[in-house]
Formats: sequence, C-alpha cells, structure tokens
Amino acid sequence: MLHTVNKSPFEKSTFESCLNHARPGDAVLLIEDGVYGAVKGTAVSGQVAKFNGDLKLYALGPDLAARGIKDASLMEGVSVVDYGGFVDLVAKHDVSQAWL
Amino acid sequence: MKFGILVNEGPYTHQASDSAYQFTKAALEKGHEIYRVFFYNDGVNNGTRLTVPPQDERNIQVNWSELGEKYKLDLVVCVAAAQRRGILDESEAKRHGKNADNIAPGFRISGLGQLIETGIECDRVVAFGD
Amino acid sequence: MSMEEDLPGTGDQKKFLYVNRRAPYGTIYALESLEVVLIGAAFDQDVSLAFFDDGVYQIVKDQDTSGIGMKNFSPTYRALGDYEVTRLYVEKESLEERGLTPDDLMEITYEDEDDDWAEKPSVRLVSRAELSEVMAEQDVILSF
Repeated sequence: MLHTVNKSPFEKSTFESCLNHARPGDAVLLIEDGVYGAVKGTAVSGQVAKFNGDLKLYALGPDLAARGIKDASLMEGVSVVDYGGFVDLVAKHDVSQAWL
Repeated sequence: MKFGILVNEGPYTHQASDSAYQFTKAALEKGHEIYRVFFYNDGVNNGTRLTVPPQDERNIQVNWSELGEKYKLDLVVCVAAAQRRGILDESEAKRHGKNADNIAPGFRISGLGQLIETGIECDRVVAFGD
Repeated sequence: MSMEEDLPGTGDQKKFLYVNRRAPYGTIYALESLEVVLIGAAFDQDVSLAFFDDGVYQIVKDQDTSGIGMKNFSPTYRALGDYEVTRLYVEKESLEERGLTPDDLMEITYEDEDDDWAEKPSVRLVSRAELSEVMAEQDVILSF
C-alpha cells in the first residue's frame, strides 16, 4: 500500500497515525506540508527513524524545494521523487490511502 | 493504467487542488488514462468560472479547464456539495430559481454515484484534500 | 478480489473502505463522508467503515446539536443497517486515548438476513494491528 501524508508532523498527528497503521513493506510519500516530516534532527525524526526500513519513505521534491529544504537535510533512507515519481508509486502499489 | 482523482478542497486556501493538478498532468504525460476527476467537499469550488485571481498568479480553475480540454477529461463536480456552496450550471440554476450559473468550461455537475463508479472502474484512486 | 470470486454473484465487487478520522460538526467531512456511504450503498459493493483517531467521536451517543444550529446527523449511522452497511470497525486504542469506552458509543445494529433476521451489532471493536489488516485487504480506500 502507498500512504500519502500532507500534514506537518508538528501541527497534526496524521503522520504518526499513518506510521502506526502502516504495515511492513508499505510506502509512505510525504507531500505538501508533510515533507517537514522527512527532515533529520527534529523533535519527530527519532520516532520516524524507528519505522525506517520496515517502511519505505519518500518525499515529493517540488514540495521540498518550495519550502527551502535541501536533500542534505533529509533523514537517511528518504527518497526524493518528482510528480512523475509520485505517479509511478501509485501505479506500483495496489491501493493508495490518503491520510487527510 | 486507469486512474481516478478525488479533489476535496477548493482552490488557493489549500494546496490540494494544485497537487491534484500536477499529479494528473504528470500521469497523463506518462500515458496513463484519467478516467475522471471528481470534486467533492469544498473541492467543488474549483469549478466556478467567476474567480479572478491576480494576473501574476496561477488560475487554478483555468488550469483545470485547459487540461480538461487538451486531454478530454471528465471533470465532475458533486451536485449535493455544489448546491451547498453555490456552484450551479444552467439547468440547476433554472431548477432552483437562481438568476445566474457559474460552472466553468469543461466541468459538469453530477451525482455522488460518479465517485463510486470511479472507484469501481479505476485501477487506482488518488485523493487530495486537507 | 480473488477471494470474492469464489462467492456466487460477487465476482465484480470491490472492497470499499470509508476511513473516518475526524470529529463531527467542527468540519463537514464526517457528514459528507456519510452521504457518500449512503449513495455508495446502492452500488452493491463490499462496504466497510473504519472509525479511528478523532473519527470515533462521530458515533458517540447523546449528541445534541440544538444549541449550535446544525443538524444532528448521528441517527443516520444507526440507519446504515437498512442500507446493508453492516461492518463498522472501531479502533480500541483510539477510544482509550480519548477516555472513551464502547459504552459511550451509539448502539448500531443490523438484521442478518442469513440468520433469520437476527439483530446483530454493526460495530466491531478492533485493535490497531487488526485495523491495519482490514485496511490492507481493501481495493478502494476513501477518506475525506
């Protein structure tokens, strides 16, 4: 399954809920304000790192760039994709779940 | 692959409609089929032709209409959600005794069944909202 | 899908899950999600609802909206059985986090046509892990 999360983890518990409900092998794509959850050295990055490996984490590049986040600031294991990559992720996984 | 797109927020306040547009465009450019784009909740507000954003800003409604025109997309606004929020086509306006309609080019108003049908017919449904 | 194909007359059905993670009234999502469920019931698909995070607040009992000028739509959940929507998964952890117990929820039931129309509870309390399994089995997940 592909999960998409569009909320900042500092404002809403959506990302946390997604991580707690995702299953090993699932992919999580952070988009919009969700991309703040992919940054290393934050109050939530330790928690996110626990899931890294069981889950595959992605962040949407155009949303990172818009928010001034450089790839070097991202947690280890996070892959950056563009909108075409987003489309490929949806195609690759049987079901997409949007954590709105 | 056959995709269905669900847009649950209106233009400008949330990024949802922009994200949905960029995703839809990328999917079409990769050769996928977009079976339908369904606008629900405040997403119906993407379908008014009366928006006049500043000229140096994107016009979200025009973007959707132009993409719809280019790829012959089925842009569907939910009738129940649209009536709550004042999005009307000519026949809806007439039926409810309103003196104007505002549906944008390329959009059509239809029922929620069109969303369920999208789920049934498509290989993937991708939702954008808040 | 492959499991469904073994059952007569259900080969074309998809498993739809409606995810409810938001409280009612503060935003319209709960109400308009319910409207999708009611319309969707006419399509003869395999439908389930999930209530977790703030979504559990949608089905607590004793909702009284008379003071806020909004329609109390909570009785509609109790009518879902009439629409053959009979599986409402409610996450235990979400209840506990909010200081709620199953007794705080409305009684939502359906009549089982395969069991002499016996009245049965629609609410199925599940753990977080069990809910994850339910979500993993779906063909279409709609959340608003």
